[in-house]
This record gives sequence, structure tokens and C-alpha cells, in this order.
Amino acid sequence: MRARVLVVDDDPALAEMLGIVLRSEGFLPSFVADGERALVAFRENRPDIILLDLMLPEMSGIDVCRAIRAESGVPIVMLTAKSDTVDVVLGLESGADDYVVKPFKPKELIARMRARLRRSEDVTPETLTIGPPGNQIVIDVPAHTVTRNGVEVKLTPLEFDLLVALARKPRQVFTREVLLEQVWGYRHAADTRLVNVHVQRLRAKIEPDPEHPEIILTVRGVGYKAGTS
Amino acid sequence: MARRTVLPPVVRAWASVRRAWRLSLQLRITTITLLASGALVGVFGVTVAKRITDQLLDDKIQHASMLVANGGDWATGQLNTVTQISDPGLDSLLETVLARLAQDAGEGVVVAAVQSHEPLSAASTYPDIGDITPPVSEELRDTITEKPQRARQIRTADLGRGERAYLIFGTPVPMSWGYLELYYFFPLDREAKVAGQMRATVAATGGALVLLLVVVAGLVTRLVVRPVRLAARTAQRLSAGLLDQRMEVRGEDDLALLAASFNQMATNLQRHIHRLEEMSRLQRRFTSDVSHELRTPLTTVRMAADLIFAERDSFEPAVARSAELLQRELDRFESLLTDLLEISRFDAGFAVLDAEPTDLVGIVRRVADRLSPLAARAGSEIQLVLPEHPVIAEVDGRRVERILRNLVGNAVEHGEGRPVRVTLAADEGAVAVTVRDYGIGLQPGEEKMVFNRFWRSDPSRARQTGGTGLGLSISLEDARLHGGWLEAWGAPGEGSQFRLTLPLRPGDRLISSPLRLVPEDARRAGSPDAPPDADSPGTRGGGAAGAPSDLVETATEVGSG
Repeated sequence: MRARVLVVDDDPALAEMLGIVLRSEGFLPSFVADGERALVAFRENRPDIILLDLMLPEMSGIDVCRAIRAESGVPIVMLTAKSDTVDVVLGLESGADDYVVKPFKPKELIARMRARLRRSEDVTPETLTIGPPGNQIVIDVPAHTVTRNGVEVKLTPLEFDLLVALARKPRQVFTREVLLEQVWGYRHAADTRLVNVHVQRLRAKIEPDPEHPEIILTVRGVGYKAGTS
Repeated sequence: MARRTVLPPVVRAWASVRRAWRLSLQLRITTITLLASGALVGVFGVTVAKRITDQLLDDKIQHASMLVANGGDWATGQLNTVTQISDPGLDSLLETVLARLAQDAGEGVVVAAVQSHEPLSAASTYPDIGDITPPVSEELRDTITEKPQRARQIRTADLGRGERAYLIFGTPVPMSWGYLELYYFFPLDREAKVAGQMRATVAATGGALVLLLVVVAGLVTRLVVRPVRLAARTAQRLSAGLLDQRMEVRGEDDLALLAASFNQMATNLQRHIHRLEEMSRLQRRFTSDVSHELRTPLTTVRMAADLIFAERDSFEPAVARSAELLQRELDRFESLLTDLLEISRFDAGFAVLDAEPTDLVGIVRRVADRLSPLAARAGSEIQLVLPEHPVIAEVDGRRVERILRNLVGNAVEHGEGRPVRVTLAADEGAVAVTVRDYGIGLQPGEEKMVFNRFWRSDPSRARQTGGTGLGLSISLEDARLHGGWLEAWGAPGEGSQFRLTLPLRPGDRLISSPLRLVPEDARRAGSPDAPPDADSPGTRGGGAAGAPSDLVETATEVGSG
């Protein structure tokens, strides 16, 4: 089945070129040129993945991202000319799963998009529990649900994958590069800031006190691990 | 022993006094005024007091002398009516004479007479006070009778009215059988009182004068010191960034001139700083705008070129070749653009350090992995010399990786197929990585120029990595951003070595490096390190001599030889 892509970018030449490339790779692209129309298109068409340029007229890409994220866990890839940490982090925190800096190699963009669209088809029952007693998270892997004290926590697919990767081997330390490979599917040079921001997002959702995490722990200089009792 | 315990508090007190002296202009001036005027007024006061006292005394002595002279003459006349010492009327006559003399002499004066051959205790006195021996000295008696002449002295004695000073006059009264010594005792209490009062007055006046001088000196000094202190404080606020601070200008004198000049300087400074800030802001905006504006069309062009490149087999040879050139040159253009934008960010002061505790061993390994295909193509082997344990420092991983990618890439490119050795070491203050190649090396003097923008060792050399000429400049700026050093060494035919030294925490002052800049296998390894690069403060005899002892030689064979 061909994946449907929503392209949100105000530069017509870039949008058209993107369309050509996407179609040649087997995707079904649709295009909008500003934030308002992006929301409408998203609700109407329910794309499988969204390519979102940050610099949009009127409603900013960040706001569009937040609005879409509030409604769905659909993969969102930011396209941006800015590579400063502060801009990248802002974009990732507002809900994007990945970001690609212009100018990008089209092959790279396609590879990243495919990685986001790949979902594990695991149906073996698997329940994972992590966190210190009194503060535990229960993960039902095939059902893609996460509960905390009986209350379900909504995570995006990427956040879920990250949590599962850590939870499957609690107390083992994962470096950022390993997480990029396992969770994002990137085997080559990718920005470890992706991991940092997503861990922060995860913590904000599942930790009672994100400033003093007990479930997802940082190992200084190395990476992250899941804490248990 | 007691001295030792007294000394430290004394020393401390003295030290604090000296400190106050150094720090306060006012204190110095008022103290000097105090001492100088105190000395002057003191000398003056003592002189005046003494002169007045002497004058008083002289007056008294003169008056008394005259009295004694007249009295003596009159007594001589009266007493010489008695011609024999055994005359019974002598005593009563003497009493009458003495009484008369005492009355004429005035209040409180005691008059006494004694035969010169008799002791003083036998003297007749008016008023009758008894023994006059104490105040009258032998010398006085001798002087009176020897010459004979009038003589005097001043003594303190108690003659019936309490202890007080007396001016004692003695005069010889010639009798037919010898001499009679006639003594006048003039009390000096009145003079003493007057002198005392006058001394008190002089002291009080002098003290008040000194105090007044000190106060005036203090006020005058304050008048000058206050504007100076105000200027100093205003200058401090200015340099802290409050650019609109000014001094108040009052009047037209020198102090007003100081304030006015200061204000003008401050205004100029403020204007300059604002201009510079504005320029910097414009520069940053420009960089950011250019960045965005260039990147979007470039993305489109890139995608189009990639598409055309993918289809080149279906074109004619000329078009196919054009597609290849287009693709390659676009790559170059893109790297150049990225590098230029990066450099301009450093220039505008817009570069931000994103430091986190990072394990440098991981970074080195990653760089070696990523460049292994390139090394394989060049026929070089990348050898790693790493410690067994993690080396953690607070660094910006992206930048450090960029620096090492650049250094190792350069080493492979210029290494002429010979191995490239990357060494990592740390000590308690810093961490260092050296990248050694055995290629054509550098000419003397080139180790400084190599960091210049767009500098090439050999412009005609085929660039496999597609370098822009800005790689080392960017690496240098990245190193500097951490507060670290990036230095080069090279010798013709012996290859070169680049050393990156970073403090364990950004901003810590670097003093030495854990690794040597000049490699040990250089032909002149014994000589001091190569002349320092412009950014390092000079390698002071190098850091640890030779390789640290906990190294493990992992000659990782990356890339087939």
C-alpha cells in the first residue's frame, strides 16, 4: 500500500520537486502552502506521514506541529534551514519525530521517512514493567499502551518505541547512537540531539517529577537506561 | 612568652592601620594636617606660655627686689640703734622691725631675721611660723654673708599656709658685731595661679585651633575626593554595561571640567558600543536570512540534480557527463555554503557551545569508522591509541566530532598511503587528541598558516574529500569556543601532527596538554616543541612527557592496507 505524504511548504519550486521525488519513490504526496490549510488537510486526508517546513507564513510550523500532535501520533518530519540546537530542540519538543536540515540529500530524506513508517509487527504477548516500586510503568507491547497506576499515558509511536527499547533491557545502558539505530532506524550519522529531546518528552509524560527522573535514568557521558526496583 | 601572644593582635592592628592609610586619601591628609598643625601649635603654645610665665616671674622678682632693698636699708637704720648683741632690747626691736617690714611687704609675706652665726632654727619670724630651715639653703646663706650681697631663690615649702612656692630673698643687715640675715618669703601662689590659667587658655585655644584645621582639611579633602569617588563609581557602572550613567556638572571649575569631560567620554563610548552592537545584530540577521534564503532553492536544485543524475544512463554521453559534473559541483557548493555560514557565525559571535559530559573514546572510534571507506580508498590504515577506560569531558560532541573528522580526513588525504595514528589521552586538567600522518609534511612556518582560511598546501592536489579550504579554520574556532587549543607540527618529508587540547570543562584555563605536540618519532624529537601556533600560549615544555602509562596500543586495522 502506498503511503500518503502531506507536504507543508510555502516554496512552490521545492514543493514541486519534492513531489516528483516522492512519487518516483512510490509515495502519494499532497501539498499545502500554509499552516491553516495544513490542519484542514490533515484532518480530511489522514496522511501516513507529514513533511513540515518550519518557516511558514502566518501560522508557524511549530504551532502546526503542536496542533497536529495534540490530535494524533502521526509521524512528523521537520524540514528546516536552521540547525541551531535551540531551533532543533524547539521543533522536536513541539512534537516532531525527526528533523532534516536543508539542503538535504533526497535519498536521506526518503530513508528517514521509510524508517518512520516502518512499524514492528510484533504480536507475541509481552508486558514490561519498569520503574521503582510505587512509581511503575506497565507497557503492553502488542497493544501499544502504557499505563501508570492504571491511568493510560498517550505516547507517540516514536516515544513508545523508545520506551520499549529501554524497557526490554532494564538496567542496561544504551548509548545515544545505539538508540538512534534501534528506535529511529538510522545507521549512519544522525544527530544525537534527537535522542535527548525525545527522552525529555518521554520523561515529561511518564515521570512524576521530570527534573528528578526515576524511570528513565541518565548515565553521565554514556547514555540512558531504564530503572527498576 | 607574653610578647608572643601580644604580637599577632598588634601586628594585625598595625596591618589594618596601614591598609586604611593606603586606601583613604582623606585619612592621609587629615592625619598629616593633624600632626603638622599639632606640632606647630604645640611649639607655639609652649613658647608663649613659657615667655608669659617668665615675664610674670621677672615682674615679681623686680618688685620684690625693690621691696627687699628698701626694707633692708630701713631695717639697717632701725636696728643699728642697738650696738651690742647682748642688748636685751634687741629681740623686741627685731620683732617690731619685722612686723613693720611684713606689713609693708604685703599679704602673705613672711619676714625673718637670724644672726649669721646662729642656725636658722633660731630665727625670728613675722608672722610667727617657726622653723625656716627647710626652704633656705646653705648656698643662699653663704652667698648672703660671703659677699655680702642680696640673693634670692625659689623654693617650695610649707610656711603655715600649706605647701606652696616661695620667692625667698635674703639680704645682709650689717650690725656692729657682724651680720644679721634678713629673709623675705614672698608667696608665689598668685603667680602660679595666673600662669596655670594662662597655660590652660593657651592649651585650649591651641587644641581648638588644631581641631578646626583638621576639620577644615577634612572638609576640603572631601570636596575634592567626593567627585573623584563619584567619577570612579560612575565609571564602574559604565563598564558594567549601564551606558547612560553620567556625572553632574556644577559650576565651571576644575571639578566641573572633570565631570564634563567624563560625560563626553561616556557619551562617545555609548554611541560606539551601540553602533557595534547594531552592526553585530545586523550581521547576525544577515547571516540567518542568507542562510535560509540560500538553502531553500539549493534544496530544490539538489533534488533536481539528484534526479537527473539517477537517470543519466538514459542520456547522451555529453548530457550524462554534465549530470555528473552538476552533481559533483553541487556537492562542493553545498559544503562551501555550509562552511561559509559556519565561519560567519563564529565571526558574528553567534556560535553557541552545547557542552555535555561526553566520552571521547566513543567519538574517536566513530570518526575512525566513518572515515574507514575513505582510508581504504587511499590505502591508509587508521591506528587508534586509546586508554582502556572512558575519557569523559564536558564538550560539544558535534563540534569535537567535526574537528576530528577534519583532522583525520586531512591526514588520510595527505598521508600518501601511510598509516594515520590517532592518540587520545587525558590528565587531571585536560584531554588531548593527536592525529599523526607520515605524508609530505609541512614546510617550516606553514604550521601557523595552515589554519588560515582557504589556505592550501598544494593547490593543484586532487581533493578526494572535496575540502573547502575552511575545514581547519572552523576546527580552530570550534576548539577556541571550548577554551581549548588546536596546534600543528610538521616537517618536510616527515609528515605532520595536529594536536587538539580541550579543558575538561569549557572555559577552564588550559595550562598544559597531556600529549606532546612534536611526536617522539620526529627526527629532532629532543628539541623543544615547534614554535607555538598563534592561538596557543606557547607549549611550555609540553605536557606529560611521552605517552601516558595506561595506554593500550590498539592498532585497529581499519581499511585494507
